[in-house]
Amino acid sequence: MDGIGPFDPTVGYPPGPAIREIGPDGSKIPLWKPLHMSRRAFLRGVVCSGTVIAGSAYLFSTATAARADARAVERMLRLTVNGRTHTVDVPPNETLAFTIRYRLGLTGTKIGCNSAECGACNVMVGGMTVYSCSTLTHRVRDKEITTVEGIARPDGTLHPVQQAFIDELAPQCGFCTPGMVVSAVALLNVNPKPTIEEARLALSGNLCRCGAYDHYLRGVMTAAERV
Amino acid sequence: MAYRLIGKNFTPPDIEAKVTGTARYAEDFRADGMAHIKIWGSRMPHGRVTRIDLSAAERVPGFLGALVPDDIKQPKPASQAILTSEPTFYGEPVVAVAAETEQAAADAIAAVVVEMELLPFVVDPLESLKPDGPNALTGGNVTGSGIDLQTIKWSGRDFAMVAEGELPRGQVPVEWTYGDVEAGFAAAKVIVEESFVQASNAHHAMEPRSAAAYWEGGKCHVWGSTQSTAFAQPGLAGLIGIPLEDLVFVAEFAGGGFGGKAGAYPLMALPALMSKKLGGRPCLLRVARKEEYNNGYARAGFQGWAKLGFRADGRMIAADVFTVQDLGTTTGFPDFNGFGNALATIHQPEAMHYRSIPVLTNTVPKGAQRGPGEQQCANMIEPLLDKAARELGIDRVALRLANAPGGGGQDARYGGKRDPVTSAYLREAIAKGAEQFRWAERVADSGTRTGSKVRGYGVASGFHTAGSYGFDGLVRITPDGILHVHTGVGNLGTYSYASTSRIAAEVLGYDWSRVVIERGGTARHLPWNLGQFGSNTNYTMVRTNYVAAMDAKAKLQEIAAAALGGAAADYELRDERVVATADPARGLSFAEAAQKAIEMGGKYAGQALPEDINPMTVASATAIAGTGLVGVAKDTLPQTGVVPGLSASFVAVDVDVETGRVDILECLSVADCGLVIHPQGLAAQARSAAVMGFGLARTERHIYDPAYARPNARGYHDAKPMTILDIPAEGLHWAAVDQPDLVNPMGTKGIGEPLEGSASAALVTAISDALGGHLFNRAPVVTDMILNAAEGLPQSHKPLATNTV
Repeated sequence: MDGIGPFDPTVGYPPGPAIREIGPDGSKIPLWKPLHMSRRAFLRGVVCSGTVIAGSAYLFSTATAARADARAVERMLRLTVNGRTHTVDVPPNETLAFTIRYRLGLTGTKIGCNSAECGACNVMVGGMTVYSCSTLTHRVRDKEITTVEGIARPDGTLHPVQQAFIDELAPQCGFCTPGMVVSAVALLNVNPKPTIEEARLALSGNLCRCGAYDHYLRGVMTAAERV
Repeated sequence: MAYRLIGKNFTPPDIEAKVTGTARYAEDFRADGMAHIKIWGSRMPHGRVTRIDLSAAERVPGFLGALVPDDIKQPKPASQAILTSEPTFYGEPVVAVAAETEQAAADAIAAVVVEMELLPFVVDPLESLKPDGPNALTGGNVTGSGIDLQTIKWSGRDFAMVAEGELPRGQVPVEWTYGDVEAGFAAAKVIVEESFVQASNAHHAMEPRSAAAYWEGGKCHVWGSTQSTAFAQPGLAGLIGIPLEDLVFVAEFAGGGFGGKAGAYPLMALPALMSKKLGGRPCLLRVARKEEYNNGYARAGFQGWAKLGFRADGRMIAADVFTVQDLGTTTGFPDFNGFGNALATIHQPEAMHYRSIPVLTNTVPKGAQRGPGEQQCANMIEPLLDKAARELGIDRVALRLANAPGGGGQDARYGGKRDPVTSAYLREAIAKGAEQFRWAERVADSGTRTGSKVRGYGVASGFHTAGSYGFDGLVRITPDGILHVHTGVGNLGTYSYASTSRIAAEVLGYDWSRVVIERGGTARHLPWNLGQFGSNTNYTMVRTNYVAAMDAKAKLQEIAAAALGGAAADYELRDERVVATADPARGLSFAEAAQKAIEMGGKYAGQALPEDINPMTVASATAIAGTGLVGVAKDTLPQTGVVPGLSASFVAVDVDVETGRVDILECLSVADCGLVIHPQGLAAQARSAAVMGFGLARTERHIYDPAYARPNARGYHDAKPMTILDIPAEGLHWAAVDQPDLVNPMGTKGIGEPLEGSASAALVTAISDALGGHLFNRAPVVTDMILNAAEGLPQSHKPLATNTV
């Protein structure tokens, strides 16, 4: 039992930590509703038709991709990631993290827990940070998605957050860093001059097992001075 | 001596990849036709597989193949197999399948039928030691490093003769003594005697131990997650069953390890074996978080007892310590040695008797976790020092100063064997910390209550052996004048792979911008280096890079002499040129010398190599031979004594006695790590080690269902590592004694581990201080324990229970 259940389908946000109960625009973001349902059962459950569900082809799979069926059209969606629009074939039970990593090849987004606990998979959807491991790709169709690869300028100039993280030696192992970058940039986008407490809250959905929080926090505050 | 690079901050060359998302970890490997692997983990804590039925799995669309235990070479008992037919812990892999997609692999795993016969199991070491207690393994209940697998049962009398809550003390396989312990106790003014528990906790590195592999041209290519790029290779080749030269290994980044990825481990080899079965097809094993918990190792828990005797001035004159180590199901890591040696080194008791017994349980395998044994010792012993100080009526810092080794450490001794140490300045670290923390002034506030919050202060010391020797260094100057430092150190995130590489640049007088670090895989031609574990990298690979650079320096001088006349001793290095000392205008640029080295060949270009270097270094040096001036050598520098990394930490807390909440207000850690070679890196380690230590002190623990031995702390939410909201926003501070080690050529030694232990134990003692010196004798000190203590209620756990509370 994973204790992870579906979130309110009327709200376009995935479940998140308690600290994100109120969004930057004041909108309420629901907490998750623990259900006695396994993650696997949940993902199976979102497939509404009676067709076989084992066809979640990853990018490099040819066998299942070739197995076109009546649902093929429904699976096609347009996904705008880092300013580029992709037309991709995504099964309805696939999470955004898997689509990003395995179909689009954007491996900067990490899967640390796959259950909305660690934030290594954080991306921005419409400017809001979400746990992409717990967001169904079909839920974010036609939305602007930004991953860590889309934070720097196209010419390679680093975002102030990225440069400040380097200057403060914030990353250690680096596995949580993409999520930290995304959370910090999302914060500064809406609050360019956060207090330390606001910055802490913005990073509170991101775990760093190395324990480098202090240097990430310094990085956010340094970046805020440069934005 | 004024250094140009040592002691200066720098930007590590890999860090930009981390902030832009281009850093590639094992699970980021992609290849055309990549198959996906899933594993079937045991549902029983200990059982024998009686039947495996793959027929339904084989019918799952996309199924490609399966591996079962009979396909795998099985290790000796009490070792972890890649797949096993007698799983000894919940989640231990039994079957692996590969399929076209991860979903298909998961579906196939769901269709696998494994029938098992339940065997006896146990989660509490003391239960296994009871006369009729179960053995975790079929062949016994006690083993460990240097200890054969055997069955040891204590007598009913052993258990009956101790008071309620006191650790029974029966037969043990580990015992040492130095000095006259009984005479020490007889002379002691105060004797403290307590039993205690330190819980196990998971490593839970952010990157699970995913791995990928394929075969091509007879070579096996593996992408793995490890702390130790060079050191992991022989073990991995052994697990796959190939000669080392047939392994192509890539490990540029490791998403955390903390000891759990110190070398090779069974799951790293699984994709290679599956790929072999599929004719070399690329295979990726994405390990899920809960699978990582099951297979990602853990810190060994301890149950223990200590009797400590003190003189009136606080000097510890006798120690009698008994520990029971929870091994999990393998020989694990000898934390039992670390515990006893840490106490003997940090507190230098005049006489000590140490006994220990490592006991197998049907819990996840235990491996080294940051400060293995030393951290458990700190959390358990430091509160007892506080009790002694209170009973003696002396300051808690004063008591530690009375025992800590200092002044360079000429009189200090390591562990039970009383070996000399290379340097020790713990006393100075404590004194510096006490001054900077304003201990004497602030401790007057201990116990001050504001509303429901009570102020407490804690102090503690940390230790780990922090250096080794005897490994190889390899550098190369190419005809473009660039210095290439080849390093087999892993990339754990301490950036010591880079800071130790700067030693070679320092020796040769290089501008750092003209240095390339070659690292991350066999294609970079790595020398034989020790792994990035045990806080050893600074000390060990400073030496290897020093000897390689000195070899290059000698060759530069010889080349100059050959080209320009005179003797090698007539030349010196200056501004990336080798010039005549008498006439600096006469000389060669390093670029020109590198070209000369290629022309001269032989030892200058790596075609003739020292006879004492490791075969891995021989292969790497041979691969780059003829491309420049090659400096290569084994570290044969003088070495006397054990290298002690030491630290002292000071913590201030507010404990809310109505809610049990602990606000950590401030933590200052002071390092004795020799000369500081990378200040910002030390700052990062000091602060982050404190964070990990706080988790060890407050929240992280294994919990198993005692009836079924099923783990209940497999995810982050359950395992409770610290979040950013659990630490003080601007309250993590650091300092260093900054006294050079007396043996290392650059005066440095490691520190990553001690800093966690001292911070953790300082937090434990601070909480205890806020509660009037209440001894929990258990870590982590969780919220309900604090509430019970504050309200004078009995704790909800039995005093020595472990793994179940």
